[in-house]
Amino acid sequence: MMKFRFRRQGTDPQRERIKQELFAFNKTVGHGFPHQPSALAFDPKLQLMAIGTKSGAIKIYGAPGVEFTGIHGDATAVTQIHFLPGQGRLLSLLDDNTIHLWELVAGPSREVGGAKKEGVVTLKHVDSYSLPGRPGIESCSATRVTVLLLLKSCDLLCIGTEGGGVYFLELPRLSLKENQTLLQEPITQRLPDDYRCGKSLGPVESLQEHPQQPGKILIGYSRGLVVLWDLGAGRVEQLFLGKQLESLVWERSGNLFVSSHNDGGYSVWAVTSGNACSPQPVSSTIPYGPFPCKAINKILWRTSQSGSPVLLYSGGMPRASYGDRHCLTVQQDKEHVTLDFTSRVIDFFTVHSIKPEKEFDDPSALVVLLEEELVVIDLQTPGWPSLPTPYLAPLHSSAITCSCHIANVPPKLWERLINAGKAQRGRQQTHMSWPICGGKNLAPPPKQQELLLTGHEDGTVRFWDASGVALTPLYKLGTANVFHTDCDDPHDPGDDPDLQQEEEWPPFRKVGCFDPYSDDPRLGIQKMSLCKYSNKLMVAGTAGQVIVLGFNDERSDHSVDVSVVDLLQDREGFTWKGHSRLEPRLKPAPFPPGFQPLVLVQCLPPASVTAVALHTEWNLIAFGTSHGFGLFDYHRRNSVLARCTLHPNDSLAMEGPLSRVKSLKKSLRQSFRRIRKSRVSGKKRVITTPTSKVQEANAALAEQEEVAPVQRRIEPRSADDSLSGVVRCLCFADTFLRDGTHHGPTLWAGTNSGSVYAYALEVPGVGSGRACERGGASESSSCVEAVLGKEIQLMHRAPVVSICVLDGRGKPLPDPYEASQDLAIAPDMTNAHSVLIASEEQLKVFSLPKVSAKTKFKLTAHEGCRVRKVALVLFSSAAQEDYNEHTLVCLTNLGDMHLFNIPALRPQVRYDCIRKEDISGIASCVFSKNGQGFYLISPSEYERFSLSAKVLTEPLCSVQLDRPLELTISRDGTTMQPQANGTHKTQMGQAEGQTLEPPSSLSSPILDTPLDSPLSCADLTLDSTGELTVEDVRDFLTTVDEVENNLKNMKEEEGRSPGILIN
Amino acid sequence: MSFDQHVFCFVQFEAEYRRFGLKRNGSGGFQEFYRLLQTIHHIHGVDVLLGYADIHGDLLPINNDENFYKAVSSANPLLRIIITKREDEPVVYGTNSLQRRKKGLGLTGLRTTGSGTIHSKSKSGLMIGPPQNFRQISSIIDVDILPETHRRVRLHKHGTKKPLGFYIRDGVSVRVTPQGVEKVPGVFISRLVRGGLAESTGLLAVNDEILEVNGIDVAGKSLDQVTDMMVANSHNLIVTVKPANQRNNVVHRESKNFMGNSGSVGSAGSTGSVLSHESPSPASQSNPITASSSIAEGDSEDEDDDGDIILENDCPTAYNPHLVTKRNSVKLNGESSCSGPHPSAVGRPLPQSMSLPSSIGASLGYSSNTMSGHNGSLASSSQDSMKDDGTELTL
Repeated sequence: MMKFRFRRQGTDPQRERIKQELFAFNKTVGHGFPHQPSALAFDPKLQLMAIGTKSGAIKIYGAPGVEFTGIHGDATAVTQIHFLPGQGRLLSLLDDNTIHLWELVAGPSREVGGAKKEGVVTLKHVDSYSLPGRPGIESCSATRVTVLLLLKSCDLLCIGTEGGGVYFLELPRLSLKENQTLLQEPITQRLPDDYRCGKSLGPVESLQEHPQQPGKILIGYSRGLVVLWDLGAGRVEQLFLGKQLESLVWERSGNLFVSSHNDGGYSVWAVTSGNACSPQPVSSTIPYGPFPCKAINKILWRTSQSGSPVLLYSGGMPRASYGDRHCLTVQQDKEHVTLDFTSRVIDFFTVHSIKPEKEFDDPSALVVLLEEELVVIDLQTPGWPSLPTPYLAPLHSSAITCSCHIANVPPKLWERLINAGKAQRGRQQTHMSWPICGGKNLAPPPKQQELLLTGHEDGTVRFWDASGVALTPLYKLGTANVFHTDCDDPHDPGDDPDLQQEEEWPPFRKVGCFDPYSDDPRLGIQKMSLCKYSNKLMVAGTAGQVIVLGFNDERSDHSVDVSVVDLLQDREGFTWKGHSRLEPRLKPAPFPPGFQPLVLVQCLPPASVTAVALHTEWNLIAFGTSHGFGLFDYHRRNSVLARCTLHPNDSLAMEGPLSRVKSLKKSLRQSFRRIRKSRVSGKKRVITTPTSKVQEANAALAEQEEVAPVQRRIEPRSADDSLSGVVRCLCFADTFLRDGTHHGPTLWAGTNSGSVYAYALEVPGVGSGRACERGGASESSSCVEAVLGKEIQLMHRAPVVSICVLDGRGKPLPDPYEASQDLAIAPDMTNAHSVLIASEEQLKVFSLPKVSAKTKFKLTAHEGCRVRKVALVLFSSAAQEDYNEHTLVCLTNLGDMHLFNIPALRPQVRYDCIRKEDISGIASCVFSKNGQGFYLISPSEYERFSLSAKVLTEPLCSVQLDRPLELTISRDGTTMQPQANGTHKTQMGQAEGQTLEPPSSLSSPILDTPLDSPLSCADLTLDSTGELTVEDVRDFLTTVDEVENNLKNMKEEEGRSPGILIN
Repeated sequence: MSFDQHVFCFVQFEAEYRRFGLKRNGSGGFQEFYRLLQTIHHIHGVDVLLGYADIHGDLLPINNDENFYKAVSSANPLLRIIITKREDEPVVYGTNSLQRRKKGLGLTGLRTTGSGTIHSKSKSGLMIGPPQNFRQISSIIDVDILPETHRRVRLHKHGTKKPLGFYIRDGVSVRVTPQGVEKVPGVFISRLVRGGLAESTGLLAVNDEILEVNGIDVAGKSLDQVTDMMVANSHNLIVTVKPANQRNNVVHRESKNFMGNSGSVGSAGSTGSVLSHESPSPASQSNPITASSSIAEGDSEDEDDDGDIILENDCPTAYNPHLVTKRNSVKLNGESSCSGPHPSAVGRPLPQSMSLPSSIGASLGYSSNTMSGHNGSLASSSQDSMKDDGTELTL
């Protein structure tokens, strides 16, 4: 073979042990709001709330820090969740018509942070069930589950179906009570003829148990018939003839129930024992009539001590004028509020008293799950204010454009941030404590405070407490008030809504903070840098604006100094055709306590800022755009340096906008198409039948036949690629650039085309270089000077991702103020420094001051992957208290993490982290300095992961339950593993096959062949040299499907056969 | 450039030495210089070849006006010229050849390795002229250690802007395993760009399966990964392919000489033909390389890679972004050449491509600037681009 000096991975057992003590990969917890929630449930006994998502995840939340997560095997939407109150069990109904049972069980006791943790509880999938089809009816829609009702006794589950039948399932074993199934026929027979009209009653729309008399349930059919059914006696107690039904709810006493209807009205019905059939409700109202209204999807009726009941319902808006609003109405007596949300209402519940001895519900809080956020309304405080949520924060209230993590925040800054945040929220403060407070957080209190900063499209920077499991908002900083924007309100918006409210009907009240519409995309934050010691913050945005902010506890009125830096210098012949710069506000503006802007530096042309660096000890900021980079002394308010990095041939990048606008248009079009596509596919209820699977596979095959095979052109990188001048990284360092004896401040900049520029800085009073020698003579250097020291052109011209200077011991240089304030070990200035330059293709260490290559690792040449993000992380050993190592963590475009030691650049470990298709996830990844990281798994959720064996932030919580915390053995003696290969269907087949009969030969091909194999076969046909023909593939597909089909039939027969026997 | 008005020539002809001064911008061309040397050495009527030592210590020929001017311009100010009789054995021009001469390894059969015998054989067989218009752009390597069905091709970019010029795609490869025939995903060449490097070599063809890139197995790698690997290695790309057309395979024989030349599948298409050296394709030069020498090659590849260009400004003065001339020394690592002494020339390992006398026909040094004078008819487009490179490097 060819030479390839794979670095001898010494199987040194000592080193391997150290590696195990240092590195371990865990995805620990998700922060933020679950993407596309689809179901909500609340356990009033345990005070736990569960949210199901369209991707099949279930998340349970209790007190802040208490979180459990479970994922269904296949990514099918969760349509309903029901708690078995007090048992720590829950049932989920999926879009594929399967019912799943989950349990909270004691996890393995484990070592965390040196202390052994007992009683840690995790969520486990226990069992699943799907209703068998009715004999003789081909389509599955008849047995499609529409509603579930858990009886209070928790031993029976009532299942309402699309076909109108109600089935009963024994719990927790999930076995069907065959003889009790209630079909529509016995009920239709009792109907008056004029109501029957020969039509079916429609699907079961609602099932509600009588609050006082167990064993009696209310069954509501879609067409409007409501039946009070006595389960024990198996007979109809009372019939109610209503209109097109949406939902039902009992009043606490059981004397009344309320139904909501398709026409936007609700009716109150009285339950009287003597009356067999009530044709008319007690009262009927259309609250937002008389014009046609939308349906009231769900209604709640809660009695209160104060007298009149609280009525809560979603929808019901006048169709023509407010049909597009997402509203929930709360009304009690005269008080009437229409909560106006920015996203769709998924579900809601009230937190109220459940003790049977209490006479009234007395709701204390309303919890509304919206598509994009969770809103909690305090129903006890007059005016019904909303309550800030300690978790589930909508990170994406405006799209996240960048993020930044700060570990070990000094307590002083922390306190000031919290105070500033409190002052911001001052007005909307309520005294109510968080109503969902189940479970106990066993995690030790965080040893240090961590801050996560997110920059948003609307120009805000949000500060989050990332120390624990719950990501809590601390403080929000807006930068829009530095500029004049079109949307500047002429008057104070504070009193505006009140004015409107008095006039308007319905009485709308805007609730929630999700606001995806950015006023001006130029305000978007692109880069941030915070110095936690000097409380200086630097933010840079889309229109080339760079703002330096300082922390102030007091409100202040001042104007912001503006400087303009022309990065093009005297380059002629280029015109900027992109967006214009933002207009700075010249008059003094009021700035609330917190970070207040000091200086605004405007880059020209106003291209988006691509890199920033802040050095507070030298009072310098550096910023780069696609055109060049600049250095600015924010203390003296003067520009030190502007350097154009454009290649002379790179006219495209200069005019850029034209080509970019085109691509933007294109990408917009594509994204709209994608949305439309996903809407279409999301709406339809996919019922996976064998035939549809064949069709799908065929369609996929046909699609692939049309598309030409993917080709990749092999071209080396050339110098005059467009956008070659984009500044990718900037860094300040106190190191040896001129010679080996004098060190001094330096600035490093790396570009997209593999160029690195190193400048020697002369900062008055800093450095022992020539600046001092000369400074004594001339005394002219009262301002900072920058001199070009070195230019490095990397041979392979790959974009420079990161530059970092290492000290004489090979450790990264400390942050500004860290060394001078004795917060970090002072860097070794006696031995030669080196600089680590990470490009997209290679990691390379050069010695300083003579820039000669010392070590390198050619990642792309070896692995074929490209470096996306790089960070230097300090890993502490889990076993030895004081042992730690600096490690280079590198995220590639394939989504895996490579860890290298420095400065030798030997690979240590590699972990798969993010799917390689998840480009936005990879782009959003941010590392902390202690070995954790965050990346966006959806626009609204950060996944937190840990690469360190020692530093882990994960939910550790317990729940007090009545039952022992052991896993219930499922009925066939095997516990289900939802993570196993294949889908649930095949698993069920597998499990049943095991218990009921010896494994048949038929089932083996399914188990061996993953379900996606037909598609990969389709891939094979793309190659003309291959021998597989399309026909071959089809054969293959059908055989697989036939096998599955057979198996399914078999299974269905098994499910059905007992029923046939009884009949 | 701040050169003196004169060049000091130091001319060696066998054991005779001459020194004289020459006006740098004298009007005379190559012919005039040739006559001048004949006069000085009193060798009228003797057919001689001229060579000079360039800044890297490489022995390069002087046989036309262009490379004569190049030689003169590269002198600083000493120009070392070596005259050999044409009847003598062919001179090895190229990188580091001068050092080898000095060490006594160079011209005559002092070598104990097999290559020496190849040399003598090829000498007896045919006369290879001085490499005037050729330069190596590709080679088949490792013929002796690869299975006959595979071919390892090295493409030389020489810093040109000529595109590598091929496309790859996913596909299915059929492998014979002990368990029977197995179909595995593979990566194939899908298209060759007209006029590109890959096409001009004739060594790669559409539907060739790519097995390795620079020694790394591509099995299990995605198309994008393979693309990135190739781009990352593009300045010294070594791909191992399983040619779709297996009829032109190298046949192992006893004669190393034959084997060495047999790899040249030129546009003439005559497999194993010794005459392929005279075929119009200059690309089809091949080198038989043993396993040991391929390691040396790996080293030289690393050398390539260190060719990051570092511009220093040792005595920084007040900042001026356009003050290029202030940089007092321009240092270049690796292959890229410029005016000024090459610091690392002496210590460099012997690049394999020059170690074999049989490769005279096509191989000249890598140095792009020194070569630009010889490009002649080879590729005018690449010549232009190389000149671009030159200006860019010296900044």
